[in-house]
Amino acid sequence: MQPRTDHVFKSLSDPTRRSLFERLCREGELTVWELTEDSGVSQPAVSKHLGQLKSAGLVRDRRHGRETHYSAEPKALKPLVDWLGFYAAFWRQKFDALEDLLRRMDQ
Amino acid sequence: MSETSADTRSVVVEREFPYAPEKLWRALTQPHLIEEWLMKSDFEPVVGHRFNLRGDWGGMLDCEVLALDPHKMLSYTWNHAHADAAFNLNSVVTFTLTPTATGTHLRMEQSGFRPDQKQAFGGARFGWEKFLANLEQVLARTD
Repeated sequence: MQPRTDHVFKSLSDPTRRSLFERLCREGELTVWELTEDSGVSQPAVSKHLGQLKSAGLVRDRRHGRETHYSAEPKALKPLVDWLGFYAAFWRQKFDALEDLLRRMDQ
Repeated sequence: MSETSADTRSVVVEREFPYAPEKLWRALTQPHLIEEWLMKSDFEPVVGHRFNLRGDWGGMLDCEVLALDPHKMLSYTWNHAHADAAFNLNSVVTFTLTPTATGTHLRMEQSGFRPDQKQAFGGARFGWEKFLANLEQVLARTD
């Protein structure tokens, strides 16, 4: 569960992904094409963002004919609305930065 | 640090680094280094010293050094005041450094979270305040 929290974090740090996810939460199931309209980004870019949201467990897809339908999995957000999950991910990110700094510091 | 209520919870993150405790200690206590991995601060390694940690998003944490033992342990408060008391965070961050055969084991414990605590800082950190408020409603509905 811990690595997924980091993943959710990174996924939602991008405003385009955030707005795609928010739309799915609001409007229910949508196709890639429906999501591309009004998004201001190209269809391949939308697909790529959806792939990232999917691997973070934030969206789920369903094939229907030639179309893929996406829907939100808002439960994946639980760790983010809870301080403990937030800080666990926060500190792991900071430890990565610390590791990077230590590598750069002179011995 | 004496007020440990049974109702509070903590977060622990641990990692082993291939460097001596002395080097980690510098990264934890020298402001120009703290800024590089954590946040901008006016930290001084003196018990009772009050300082702030400032995030690049404009948020600020109120801190006070509670205890330190060079190369071994550092503890400070990590408080975030909010106009709405339900969002206040009063926590303590403690770093413990333990030398190992190949470097240093670093343990960070942040304690003092109340289970009912609402999150303001996390939202502020990423400009997500509104986003998270909306999603909290979504989550409430999906439960």
